[in-house]
Amino acid sequence: MADIQTQDIRKPENLVYRKTPVLTDNVLHYCPGCGHGTAHRLIAEVIEEMGIQGKTIGVAPVGCSVLAYNYFDIDMQEAAHGRAPALATAIKRLLPEHYVFTYQGDGDLAAIGTAETIHACNRGENITVVFVNNGIYGMTGGQMAPTTLEGMKSSTSPYGRDLKSMGNPLKITELIAQLPGTYFVTRQAVHKPGAVRKCKKALRKAFENQTLEKGLSFVEIVSNCNSGWKMTPLDSNKWMEENMFPFYPMGDIKVDGELIK
Amino acid sequence: MKELRLMKGNEAVAEAAIRAGADGYFGYPITPQSEVMEYLMTERPHERTGMVVLQAESEIASINMLYGGAGCGKKVMTSSSSPGISLMQEGLSYIAGAELPALVVNVVRGGPGLGTIQPSQADYFQTVKGGGHGDYRLISLAPCSVQEMYDFVKIGFDLAFKYRNPVMILTDGAIGQMMERVELDEQVPRLTDEQIREKYPWATLGKLPGKHRSIITSLELESAKQEQVNLRIQAKYKLLEDEVRYEEIQCEDAEYLVVAYGTSARICQKTIQLGREKGIKIGLLRPITLYPFPSKAIAAAATRVKGILSVEMSAGQMVEDIRLSVPCDLKVAHFGRFGGIIPSPSEVLEALENNLIGG
Repeated sequence: MADIQTQDIRKPENLVYRKTPVLTDNVLHYCPGCGHGTAHRLIAEVIEEMGIQGKTIGVAPVGCSVLAYNYFDIDMQEAAHGRAPALATAIKRLLPEHYVFTYQGDGDLAAIGTAETIHACNRGENITVVFVNNGIYGMTGGQMAPTTLEGMKSSTSPYGRDLKSMGNPLKITELIAQLPGTYFVTRQAVHKPGAVRKCKKALRKAFENQTLEKGLSFVEIVSNCNSGWKMTPLDSNKWMEENMFPFYPMGDIKVDGELIK
Repeated sequence: MKELRLMKGNEAVAEAAIRAGADGYFGYPITPQSEVMEYLMTERPHERTGMVVLQAESEIASINMLYGGAGCGKKVMTSSSSPGISLMQEGLSYIAGAELPALVVNVVRGGPGLGTIQPSQADYFQTVKGGGHGDYRLISLAPCSVQEMYDFVKIGFDLAFKYRNPVMILTDGAIGQMMERVELDEQVPRLTDEQIREKYPWATLGKLPGKHRSIITSLELESAKQEQVNLRIQAKYKLLEDEVRYEEIQCEDAEYLVVAYGTSARICQKTIQLGREKGIKIGLLRPITLYPFPSKAIAAAATRVKGILSVEMSAGQMVEDIRLSVPCDLKVAHFGRFGGIIPSPSEVLEALENNLIGG
């Protein structure tokens, strides 16, 4: 056993895992423990497996994933805060044979970009929207987001979100599922191997749907923000399961244009 | 012989976009320019050329649709009027920052605020000084006839792509609504995606194997690099000096110079005639590009006249650029009506007599 050399192991037949070439070699700027890296990988793997690298155009938001274009080895555009669905609408209309997706956080998609989100969904644009919901503005330093839970502390709700004065957390995913323009709406997570597998399946479906021309596919990924929540990565995942999942329940909300009862 | 048609200024803009081979129009209704999208929706350009027309949910969305389309190297246009153009300032700054070509038509109405739906020229500052955040400029064209509304669409697209910068056609409700004879050009074919790849390698059309990917962004977190971006953009604006356009009418023997663009320039042509009937030799210099501004032409004319009157449908905006252009202590006065009022030729003449001759 002791005589086995590295070159004897590094053979194609022994390869069980590799980084998808649709991700670049750039070092991720995300905090250790954050879910963005996994979400990026899953999208990149779906693009690789579908063989659509040459005909996929991504739109990055403003927020933690503003630099998403550094990590996907595809053509990408960086949008103004909240406007990604407007860009994606035009890109898809002008390049209907291409695959177009936006990657947005909760502040971008559910606060400043609410109008763009709802109208792209309602028009039934044949695009994929990936919505990473961690209940906080991570990039700007942990402020209250539209999806921040009741009582949850943030730098602009330091005593916890008070519903009376600060309003309610917005379930935008349930809201857009009601619109006839959405074809597939699902809520996923990427904090455990089982969740990662399910999420990848959902992303694959959301991309494949674009060829059906039946409307918009929307994948929410409830994720942690360990640095913004001021917890260790493991604690933040536990907190997410105990607090985020009851309010933002996992699973499909609308499949093939039909609401799941 | 060229095809002739009687058209509204707004309709001419729409037909010009189709014939210039535009790929997309994204807009939101607002008076006094709604005919642009109404014409396009009625005309169904998708069946004529494949051009996409989409009514957006807001001007914020339509300008960002322009960003997305322009990022793909497509020829895209929007139109609006003053309050809608204010909403587009964020998007215009991003388009300028990402160095994308796009054409925006502002059919100006009186402001501030909701203002009025009548014509105005009070958006001059917003158009030529930047408008949104950061150091950037819009290439600005000011038509004074329906024919120019038509012609400047093609010129606007050409300039936008040549400099990879947003271009604004600054017009007003009078020219947008008036009907005149227009000579139409032959249809210019839209570029194929392969032709776009060839001409504009920066466009996001999908990363091909072995090729570099295209990234459209206005973000650069390192300030040393962001300064380089700014220097590159500013160097581009210096080159615009070659694109200055203006028209001189009866300036050869003029003792007094009127400077006016768009609707005001049409009024002032009559003022010149009225003045000359009274023995006052007036000439008109009409800036056609407002940015780049015809400063050299105005400076040259200033050496030959006794005074300059800037005539604008605003409280005095272009007059500041005229004063910056004139190197001597020549009297430069302003006359304006605003809030939707168009001045009459005789009141302009009266203003010229009062400000430059009398007193």
